[in-house]
Amino acid sequence: MSANPLELKSVTMRFGGLKALSEFSLQMAPGELVGLIGPNGAGKTTAFNAITGVYTPTEGDVTVAGERVNGLRPHAICVKGVARTFQNIRLFRQLTALDNVRIACHARAASGFFDALFLTARYAEDEVHIRARAEEYLEIMGLSHRRDEISRNLPYGEQRRLEIARALATGPKVLCLDEPAAGMNAAEKVELMQLIRSIRDRFGIAILVIEHDMRVVMGVSERMLVLDHGVTIAHDKPEQIRRDPKVIEAYLGDAYLEEKHIAVPVQGGGETA
Amino acid sequence: MASVRPTLRSFLPFAVGAPLLWALQQITPPDYNIILIAAGVNIVLAVSLNVVNGFTGQFSLGHAGFMAVGAYTAAKISVALTGLDLPFVSTAVSDQIGFAIALLASMVTAALAGILVGMPSLRLRGDYLAIVTLGFGEIIRSVIENMKFLGQATGLSGLPARTNLVWVGVSAIATVVMARRLAVSTQGRALFAIREDEVAAEAMGVDTTGYKVRAFVISAAYAGLAGALISHAILLATPRMFTFIRSIEVVVMVVLGGLGSITGSILAAFVLTIALELLREFQSFRMVAYAILLIVLMLTRPQGIFGHREIWDLPFVRRLLGGRLVPAAAGPAPAAPTQIRDDSTAGPKGTA
Repeated sequence: MSANPLELKSVTMRFGGLKALSEFSLQMAPGELVGLIGPNGAGKTTAFNAITGVYTPTEGDVTVAGERVNGLRPHAICVKGVARTFQNIRLFRQLTALDNVRIACHARAASGFFDALFLTARYAEDEVHIRARAEEYLEIMGLSHRRDEISRNLPYGEQRRLEIARALATGPKVLCLDEPAAGMNAAEKVELMQLIRSIRDRFGIAILVIEHDMRVVMGVSERMLVLDHGVTIAHDKPEQIRRDPKVIEAYLGDAYLEEKHIAVPVQGGGETA
Repeated sequence: MASVRPTLRSFLPFAVGAPLLWALQQITPPDYNIILIAAGVNIVLAVSLNVVNGFTGQFSLGHAGFMAVGAYTAAKISVALTGLDLPFVSTAVSDQIGFAIALLASMVTAALAGILVGMPSLRLRGDYLAIVTLGFGEIIRSVIENMKFLGQATGLSGLPARTNLVWVGVSAIATVVMARRLAVSTQGRALFAIREDEVAAEAMGVDTTGYKVRAFVISAAYAGLAGALISHAILLATPRMFTFIRSIEVVVMVVLGGLGSITGSILAAFVLTIALELLREFQSFRMVAYAILLIVLMLTRPQGIFGHREIWDLPFVRRLLGGRLVPAAAGPAPAAPTQIRDDSTAGPKGTA
């Protein structure tokens, strides 16, 4: 019936001689949780930027709910149904939590400047509606009590959650989370994983997660893509990704083995020698 | 019916303000009258510039250019309409109607100039935008200076005396009401978002270019109105009235009052106009005092008198109001955890 919320068909991004992303394809069904991993500079954020309109793909197509969105400006793509968070939090720092979320509701407002100037009924309806909607998303993210707080004064974990609330308030079909667990402690990460799943269950939207933290991304995604030097080197379920020798070589490497407390054979060998 | 009522209420500030202004006009002696007119015009200028520089965070230095467009438009029209006696009304009323048309036309032409200048220049940011808008302001001025039918460097003189405290006051109210209603609406929040983080605003569905241009055009329209008012107060429109020094004066008022603070702009515009008038006898030392004032302020309070808050958001004013909370646009709510504060009904209005 309806088209997938997000489809990328062999998207390539070239910056001069550098191919930051080559032949990147991805299909996301409604309600799917997909993880995107890869070492630094692998092209994860480039992929994000190609989806959200920060860059126009050099080749290939990005379609949102069946509509081709290549070359549209980010705000237009947002209205089509792609919302994102940022790797380094980008809240409207001097505005309250409520205003942060209310701004995200703006694109769907019907009233214009003259409505506000003459206090028309349409304007009043919009404001009431936007406020209710914003309050609802703050509530979902457990931030209602922070409503009137200036967002830069919020603790880090809450800032991350506020960013997600703001992204959700745009009414997306696809939510792109750029390293949502960055800078979080272990407890916050567990909470975040539950949160991501509950958002998916509640809104039935597709979620694409870029994440460095293996535990988070393995735990949360149903499907994973691994990028290295802009090339997709694996695309599978987390359990398979975990065992894929190419992936381990390119990315997981020592850090992953250490984290899983798997004996590192090289060290043992070194001692006996 | 119900949908018309709030729209009618939107004119309430004018209905209240106009009679008071008329009374004020009757009791002020001419010497003070012109100072008050100058102050009112500066309020129009500062508050409208605040929409661009304060709300949207784009640094424009071209306000005087739009003033000039408005001033010359209104001058041409009001001269043409003088003596055009409309049927059924007295000559005086007919002239006032002519002036109203001239004022509206000045806003329209200044807004058009705003579109012309804004479209190309708002792709730039920060210092670059400041320089480009400054350049455009000067271009507008030198174009006027070279147009025969606008009187070239001598300008247009002998304009009819139409500006009075009622016109200026109503214009100031119109500007303040516009800015305030914008600030509490979703449109205004889109502008704030651009100021706070352009990339994030764009990603959240705010058409940043579109809104920057809109803010710029609105601001230009009110600058045009101010130009029209001042030229019909001193009965003159010359290019020399609209140099970039004039733009900078307005920027100073906005920065002094606090970028983004409407009440700050009003206060700064009023105080600076009066202060400059009091310092008039010291002639050139005026500007020195001005500069010193600015330096002191930037050192002690770089965010301006009110920061980006309004007067009622300041802690001591809040205390004066006795905890009666005015819906805070940006003030840090002093520890009121989950207290039920149902200002949702009061939210959208916000003026009065």
